[in-house]
Formats: sequence, C-alpha cells, structure tokens
Amino acid sequence: MLSNQEISRYSRHLLLSEIGMKGQEKLKNARVLVIGAGGLGCPALLYLTAAGVGTIGIIDFDIIDETNLQRQVLFDSADIGNPKVETVKAKLLKQNPFVKIEVFNTSLSTANALELFSRYDIIIDGTDNFATRYLVNDACFISKKILVSGSIFKFEGQVMVFDFRKENTPTYRCLFPSPPSPELSPSCSEIGVLAVLPGIIGTLMASETIKIIVGIGEILSGKLLMLNALSMNIQILEFDRNPETAMVIPKTESEFKEMDYDYFCGSKQDNSIKEITVDDFELLISSHSDFQLIDVREKDERPILELNDLKIPLNEIESRANEIARNKKVIIFCKSGARSSRAIAVLQSNYMLKNLYNLKGGVMEWIKQTSKTQKHE
Amino acid sequence: MSIQIKMFGQLAEIVGSNELQLQRVSDISLLRKELISRFPKLENYPFVIAVNKKIANKNQKINMGDSVALLPPFAGG
Repeated sequence: MLSNQEISRYSRHLLLSEIGMKGQEKLKNARVLVIGAGGLGCPALLYLTAAGVGTIGIIDFDIIDETNLQRQVLFDSADIGNPKVETVKAKLLKQNPFVKIEVFNTSLSTANALELFSRYDIIIDGTDNFATRYLVNDACFISKKILVSGSIFKFEGQVMVFDFRKENTPTYRCLFPSPPSPELSPSCSEIGVLAVLPGIIGTLMASETIKIIVGIGEILSGKLLMLNALSMNIQILEFDRNPETAMVIPKTESEFKEMDYDYFCGSKQDNSIKEITVDDFELLISSHSDFQLIDVREKDERPILELNDLKIPLNEIESRANEIARNKKVIIFCKSGARSSRAIAVLQSNYMLKNLYNLKGGVMEWIKQTSKTQKHE
Repeated sequence: MSIQIKMFGQLAEIVGSNELQLQRVSDISLLRKELISRFPKLENYPFVIAVNKKIANKNQKINMGDSVALLPPFAGG
C-alpha cells in the first residue's frame, strides 16, 4: 500500500495506464542489487530511487577519487576520499526517504555472491572488469535471477538483459565465451570515457529494470543493444543460447565457489604498481596534502630520516596491514624501491588496497635529489 | 561478391576504420579467417559476428546485401 505522500510523489507514474497503482506497488515491493557505484551505477541508482524501487542494495569497496567526478554524478568534490557506498546511501535517502538503501562496503567474490544475490530479485551489473562480469553472470545463472548488464568503452556502450528465471535463456558466455586478455582490455582509467556515456547506458539499465518489475514493454532479453554516442547509431542484435558455452558454465554452488575468475580473465598478473617520483613526492609535501608515509626498511636501517613516517618492516607488512590508510594516498618507500614494490604487490592483491604509491628510487634517490637542490640554493 | 562490415569498439581501432569491405567471403568461418589474415591482432581478440542483426553461428552463409557487424565485449563501467 502506498501512503498519501507516496501517491503524491509518484503521481506521474500513477497517471500512466501501463504503471498505475499496481505497477507502483510492484516497484515498492521490488528488491534490486546494484553492483558497482561507478559511472553506470550512479545514474541507475538515481533513477531507481526516484522511481520508488522499494529496496535497493549497493555493493562497492572503493573510495571516491577526484577522477570519478567527471561522470559519477552522485559524488561531489567534498566526497573525495570517502567510501562510495556510504556517500551513495546518504544522498539517495535525501533524494527519496521512502526507499530502503542497503550498502555493502566490500568486493564481490565467489564467497559472498550467491548469498547476497539470494536477497534480491534483479541484479544490475555496472562493474568495470571482465572477471566480475563473468562472476555475476554465473552467479545469476545459478540463483535464477534477472541480470541487467551494461558496459562502456570510450564513446560506445552495451546493454543486455538475462532472465535466468526462464530455462534455456542465453547467458553472457553464449555471446562472449571468453574475455580478451588484460593487455587487450584496458580500463576507463587508461583509455578515457565520454562523461555522459555511462549516464546514457546506466539510465537505459534503470529503464529496463523498471519495465521488468512492472512487467511492461519489450525487454532486451537475449538481445544486445549497441550504442555509439559519436555516430548516434543504435543497434539491437539478437542472440541464442550456445550449447557449447552451456557446458562450461558452473552449475552448482560448489562448482561456482571453486571458480577463479581472476585467473580465467588473466588479470592475476595485472597488478601494476603505481610510482611517485621524488619530485612529485616533494610537491606533495610542500602542498600539505594529507597522505600516509610508510618506511618498509628494517628497524634502525640507515640513513635515518627525520620524516613523520610509519615504520613497518617488509616482513611485518601483512600482519600490520590494518594500520595502512585506505582513504588517502599512501607512499611506501625503502632504500631503492625494490622492497617497497614487493610490499605494494602483497597489499594490492591480498588486501585490495588501491591507494599505494612506490617512491621511485627510494631513499637513495630522494637523498640524491635533495642534496642537488641544496647545492643550487 | 563484396560485403560491407561494420566494426565496433576496439575492433574498429585494430582495423583502423568503422567500416570495411571484403570480397568473396561466403560464410562466417571464411570471414573470420580472412579478417585474421589481414589483421593478425584480431586473432587474440574475442568478438562475435552478427548477420542481419542476429549473432551468427560458426558456419552460417553470408549473402550479397547482408548487413554484417563485428562486436567485441566491453568491460568498462
């Protein structure tokens, strides 16, 4: 039942014979999970919330970065450094206090996906990598959920719907049996993306979701929508179930939990380490930016520096990983940069830290550069 | 016989154009072979081929006047 306030809020929906009171109540009773609060997740969430989808879950482990603001329209400058899901929750509840927002500040994995999906009717995939896309497809297939999937590349986007409630529905694997190797599938951070493109695609995903919940119109099930924002060309292509790929998809919970999607997508080796040069490091200090500095050399290792750093020798890095900040830049150094890069590799792959920078050349390079500057002065 | 092929996403970048014309390709497997011999980078890139707005199966025939499209998966979000 809708309250009087809700009847007023959703009046433009209630006027549509295709939606009306019955459709709006279906929206209120619906449970939708959005994976990834990024370029696609933000616009989808804005419209699902405005439209009155009763329960919306959001899973994302990331923090808001300045480079997100060009397209991730739920965030503003003051949010930089904050966890995405917390910010999203606060903004959506302000937008529509009649919806319930459930947030999960963690990454999706084979360990948590099936349990999480079981609490929702529709899963919206707005992730930014192939490993999660295959994982989401397989988990939705096993748990017989409806998957609304969108993806983007520069000026182009794709939208697909998979209704796994129906037997013999084609899966993402029927269309794309295997992912491209990591070097052939660069991310938005490497190749760029048009600001408004995820807005278009994410809004189409929200539109499909609303149609599915209310039960109206034609759904992109078994269809791939391709949109090119440069040529403004839109094509809808049909595809069938592929008996060969139906063989390789995991079919049970235990088969799913044994899958290694990072390995399948070849992204395990793709753990590139970000570097910061001594010059940029000096700039960071002089700009009074907030960052954490970590020395991974042995205790009492010389030269002793008068810096406000945290000392975690390399062999203690895993046991003390909880001391490392997640919401600001972390600069890690050693004598030459080798041990610090090993520390970063471990922290990135085992603790999902993405905010780590290796001081290039380490202490040696830093001393060399600073003594040079001093001579000039 | 010449057919017109539309390229999407990174495939257009590999080929260097949004559109391509090929002679004498009568079915999908021949088209795939011909494309890979011209653009060897395509060999390692997964893509599907659509004929007349439907994803084609491996040995499907291609006729004069068919609209053909090459589609890659996108990962970005």
